Amino acid sequence: MNDAALKRTPLYERHVELGAKLVPFAGWEMPVQYEGIREEHLAVRTHAGMFDVSHMGEVEVEGAGALAFLQRVLSNDVAKIEVGGAQYSCLCNEEGGVIDDLFTYRLGGDRYLIVTNSANHATDLAWLGRWSRSFDVAVRDVADRYAMLAVQGPNARRIVAGTLNVDLPPRMRVAVERIGNRPALVCGTGYTGEDGVELLIDPEIAPAIWVELLDAGVVPCGLGARDTLRLEVCFHLHGNDLTPEHNPIEAGLGWCCAEQTGFVGAEAVARARAEGTAERLAPFTIEGAGIPRQGNPVLTDGEPAGEVTSGTFSPSLEVGIGMAYVRSDLAEPGIEVEIDVRGKRRPARIASKPLYRKEK
Amino acid sequence: MADANYPDELLYHDQHDWARLEGEDHAVFGVTWYAQDSLGEVVFYDPPEVGATVDKDSSYAEVESVKAVSDVIAPLSGEIVEVNDALADAPEKVNEDPYGEGWLVKVKLTAPGEAEALLSAAEYRKLLENS
Repeated sequence: MNDAALKRTPLYERHVELGAKLVPFAGWEMPVQYEGIREEHLAVRTHAGMFDVSHMGEVEVEGAGALAFLQRVLSNDVAKIEVGGAQYSCLCNEEGGVIDDLFTYRLGGDRYLIVTNSANHATDLAWLGRWSRSFDVAVRDVADRYAMLAVQGPNARRIVAGTLNVDLPPRMRVAVERIGNRPALVCGTGYTGEDGVELLIDPEIAPAIWVELLDAGVVPCGLGARDTLRLEVCFHLHGNDLTPEHNPIEAGLGWCCAEQTGFVGAEAVARARAEGTAERLAPFTIEGAGIPRQGNPVLTDGEPAGEVTSGTFSPSLEVGIGMAYVRSDLAEPGIEVEIDVRGKRRPARIASKPLYRKEK
Repeated sequence: MADANYPDELLYHDQHDWARLEGEDHAVFGVTWYAQDSLGEVVFYDPPEVGATVDKDSSYAEVESVKAVSDVIAPLSGEIVEVNDALADAPEKVNEDPYGEGWLVKVKLTAPGEAEALLSAAEYRKLLENS
C-alpha cells in the first residue's frame, strides 16, 4: 500500500506537531514513537501516558437477539456482562482458530459495542454479518463515529478525572459520560498492565481533548511503547501471538472460553482443552545478551521446538523478552531453552505470566 | 544528540556508516546521525570478534533499538583490531555521541584505496536531502 492510501486519525496533525515518527500500521499512518520508546514506556509505568488508538474499529450490535447472537460468536459467556460491564473474548472460526480478540462493552439492555483490532476490522464485520442473519439483531460498523484515546499509568485516572471533569468507572466497566459537551464512552480497560481508562470520543473533539491532557502532563506515547508495555504483561497481539491457525487453549486463553454456550468453534476448543495441545504459548526471558524477535526459532537440545511470536527489549526489566509457541512439555516456568536470534543461540528461560509485575 | 550533524573530516557510506581514517591503513567505523535517529534509542550492540574480517558493503555487526535490529555495513574492507567494549554497558552512546564515544570498531584496512569510493560529508548530506 502506498502512503497516499493510508488513513489518518483525527490526531494526525497533533502527532506531526509533536515530531512523532509516523509509520504505516494496518492501513493507517500511526505514531510509533515521539521522544523514544523507552521513555514513553517508563512514563506509563511511573506516571501517565496516552496513546492515539483511533485506528481500532468499533462495531455496534443492537436488537432483541443481541445477547443470543453474541453468545454464538464470542468465546466468553456474554450473559455475564451486566449493563455497563466489559468483557474480553475471542472470535473463533469453526475450527477454533482465533479470528480476532476483542473487548465487548454492554451499553444497554440490548446494545453492545465491540472494539476490534484495526487489521481485522473488515474481516470481523464480514464474519459478524454472516452469523447475524439468523438472529434478530443489527450489526453496524461505527468505526468512523469514534476516536479512541488510551490514557494509562498510575496517575492516569486522577489526571483524566480532573482535566476532563468526568466520573470514571471502575476497572472492567464502561460509563456513558459527556466530554467536551459530546457523548463519550469512558472504559476502565487498557493494554498496558497499568490502571487507566480508554476514551471513545467524538472525532471532532479529539484534538482538543488530546491537547488538554498533554497540557496536564500526560506523556504522548506511540505504538512502540504500547507493544513493549503489553508484552511485559503478556497481553496477546493478534497477528503475532494469536492467529486463525491457533486456538485459544494453545494461546493460554482458555479462561475466556465458555464452551457450554455453544459458540462457533466451541467443540474444537473443548477438544483442545480435554486432550491438550501439541504446542502452547509461553512467555520467556533471555538470560544475558540478545533481543528476540518474531520468527526466531526456539531450540531445545539444539533441535527446533517452537517459534517466537513476539519479542522485544523490555524497558522495565532491561532484558530481551518474548512469547513463543513451544512444544507443550516445554511450556512450564523455569524450563531452559535457546532462542536462535539470527544465527546466535541465546539462552532463555520459560517464565510465568506476567513477565513484569508491579511492585506493590 | 538532538540535531543532524555530519562532520567534514569523516568519510561516509551510503548505507549510513562513517569511517575515520587513521594513519596509512587504519580506520574507525560507526553509524551516522541519520542512522541512529532512524533506529531510535540503541539498547544492544552485538560487536564482531577482534580478528574477524570485514568486507566493504557487507554487514559486520548489529545494533538494536527496542523496536528494530539494523545491520551495520562496513564502509571499507579489513580486519577488526579493536571493538568498543564500553557499548556493552552503555549502548545509548551510539545515539548520544555517534562520532565519538559511540564508535563501533577499529579496523586494519586491507584495501585503503577503497576510501576513494566513499562520500564526503557534503555528498552524504546531499544524498540524505534527495532520499
